[in-house]
Amino acid sequence: MLQLERLRLVQGDFELSADITITAPITALLGPSGAGKSTLLNTIAGFTPPTAGRVIWRGEEITPRAPMERPVAMLFQDNNLFPHLDVTRNLALALTRGSPTREARDRTAEALARVGLPGYENRKPSELSGGQQSRVALARVLLQARPLMLLDEPFAALGPALKFEMLDLVAEVAAENGLQVIMVSHDPQDAARIANEAAVVADGAVTPPEPTAELMRSPPPSLASYLGIDGTP
Amino acid sequence: MAQRAVAITTATLVAGMVLLPVAAVLWRGGGPGTLGPADWAALRFTLWQAAVSAGLSVALAVPVARALSRRSFPGRVALIALMGAPFILPVIVAILGLLAVFGGRGLINQIGAPLGLPRLDIYGYHGVIIAHVFFNLPLAVRLLLQGWQDIPAERFRLAASLGAPVWRVLEWPMLRRICPGAFTVIFVICLGSFAVALTLGGGPRATTVELAIYQAFRFDFDLGKAATLAALQLALGLAAGAFALRVAPKGGFGVGLDRQIDRWDGTGVAARLADSLWIALAAGFLLLPLLSVALAGLPGLAKMPPEVWAAAARSLALALGATALTLALALPLLTGAGETAALMGISVSGLVLGTGYFLLLQPVIRPGDAALPVTMLVNALMALPFVIRILRPGLEGARRDYARLAASLGLSGWHLWRIVYLPRLRRPLGFAAGLTAALSMGDLGVITLFADGDNATLPLQIYRLMGSYQMESARAAALLLLALSLGLFWVFDRGGRLHAAA
Repeated sequence: MLQLERLRLVQGDFELSADITITAPITALLGPSGAGKSTLLNTIAGFTPPTAGRVIWRGEEITPRAPMERPVAMLFQDNNLFPHLDVTRNLALALTRGSPTREARDRTAEALARVGLPGYENRKPSELSGGQQSRVALARVLLQARPLMLLDEPFAALGPALKFEMLDLVAEVAAENGLQVIMVSHDPQDAARIANEAAVVADGAVTPPEPTAELMRSPPPSLASYLGIDGTP
Repeated sequence: MAQRAVAITTATLVAGMVLLPVAAVLWRGGGPGTLGPADWAALRFTLWQAAVSAGLSVALAVPVARALSRRSFPGRVALIALMGAPFILPVIVAILGLLAVFGGRGLINQIGAPLGLPRLDIYGYHGVIIAHVFFNLPLAVRLLLQGWQDIPAERFRLAASLGAPVWRVLEWPMLRRICPGAFTVIFVICLGSFAVALTLGGGPRATTVELAIYQAFRFDFDLGKAATLAALQLALGLAAGAFALRVAPKGGFGVGLDRQIDRWDGTGVAARLADSLWIALAAGFLLLPLLSVALAGLPGLAKMPPEVWAAAARSLALALGATALTLALALPLLTGAGETAALMGISVSGLVLGTGYFLLLQPVIRPGDAALPVTMLVNALMALPFVIRILRPGLEGARRDYARLAASLGLSGWHLWRIVYLPRLRRPLGFAAGLTAALSMGDLGVITLFADGDNATLPLQIYRLMGSYQMESARAAALLLLALSLGLFWVFDRGGRLHAAA
């Protein structure tokens, strides 16, 4: 359970406030680009400090903690892997700083197998397709073993079919490992596919999460205008 | 933050290593009242030769760059790449090459004498200027070539479709914008040129301020006078540096210069002929001296005196040491503030720093013992601004792309550098290390102030061989120096590219 308590983010002209509690296994943050979805995610992950307010994870405040000390693993829009390291070294960084131990190798191989890439240990990221790179990144998040997974549209560059495949895989591994997921998306279809609940980030505010199906049926005005539909059913 | 502390410490260290000798120079150097007429003549000559060298380099670069920008021919890419070489070419090697072509018994005189042409004498101001043009014409060509490349292709198409004169509507306005900056950069470089004046200049009519510093040291043993002259050179460098910062063109290491522009003018026979002639002249002017060093050096290689090999070993150690020191200083300084700290050094010439260090160390130890360490330090300080400029974009890119991923994996401090930044910087690190090593290998500056009997570097050893008229050994040693300089650059640059992931 993640609480954003009277959170305010101000960066120049940009301003966003949030005062919500996120409880669902998978929650989507929907909204137009530039509304601050990614900024909000960066604040939860600890990359952007909030101007005011608190981030609370399972009753414990984590606002002042460094990214590494938070219960968070994140999939970024791009650059999820270091291009000069092979798959094993990339994944092993989630476990150790030195050269991978026997145990680390076993666990990376296991994680790779789980995301459908058994035997890809020695490839460099440049030898992988976009979809395969996403899978390795997801394996890295699994190895980080943090209870909260953040998705900053990591599959945006993939084709629709591949993107849905990856989203399904995320939902699967999250359920298996009991991870809570918060995902950012500008495409309501992504949310409809895997998110139990969704919140709308628009006009400088974040709405409380609602069941995704309901939200789609009767979208609030901010979402309706973004989706280009009339708010009244 | 530990990293911040390291950066601040390094910046303070670098600033101190520049400011301390400068302070010593200012302390020992009297006011301008103590300068004699010969010193004022040196100042006048310094300014005059720099202006003439810069003017000639830019003026000659115009037709050459124009020809290179609009003609395609086999070897064009290689020729343009060669234009970047003088930067890492040891001055003493080029001097020997120029002597072989323009010297008393050189190629030009051998061809000219039977035809009754007047004898060309390279010693004196002509030699200084020829050498400066040799070094800076390629730089001017590269800067102007960049100007031509920056004219959008659409403009040439538009001019062609309108039948407008390309020179008047496109080229002349571009040159008026670029040339002042190119002139200033070369003017500043020539102000601080020491090795050229040392080998080809001298005498009342061809002594620069830097050469006068050296003479005050070596011939008059007058440290006070050397300090006064160093203060004068310092003022000169600072004024020129401040001026250059305002007009200097960007780039110079520019990539993509070998792109050829589609044009529809200059198709006439006269234009083609003129362009070919300019390209041939420029290529000959640059290649003939280098070629003659290589050819003239070969026979002497086998029977080089043992001092040459000893000097080569010293120079190699010096170059590697300077490279390690430069990189160690540069890596913590890859910030805007760090670049400013390092830039301080660039307007202070190596000889001025050397004078300062001599003043500081002379009461404590025998200068000869400090020759190599001080040369290494000064070489590192001189290379530092270039190295930082080469490395900064790479580090900023790596930060932009991977800082968040690294933070989420908890990588910081040494681990962050080892696992992320150093591997990402591999290519520019290789290039920067190659540049520093080659510059240090070929440097003939501070070492001349400090060296006594048996601590000469290879360039200094070559200068001594020239002084004692052992020209065959000098040429062979020059060939060795050329091979070592280019070899060091190649090995480092290559090392950076090898296995470097995209």
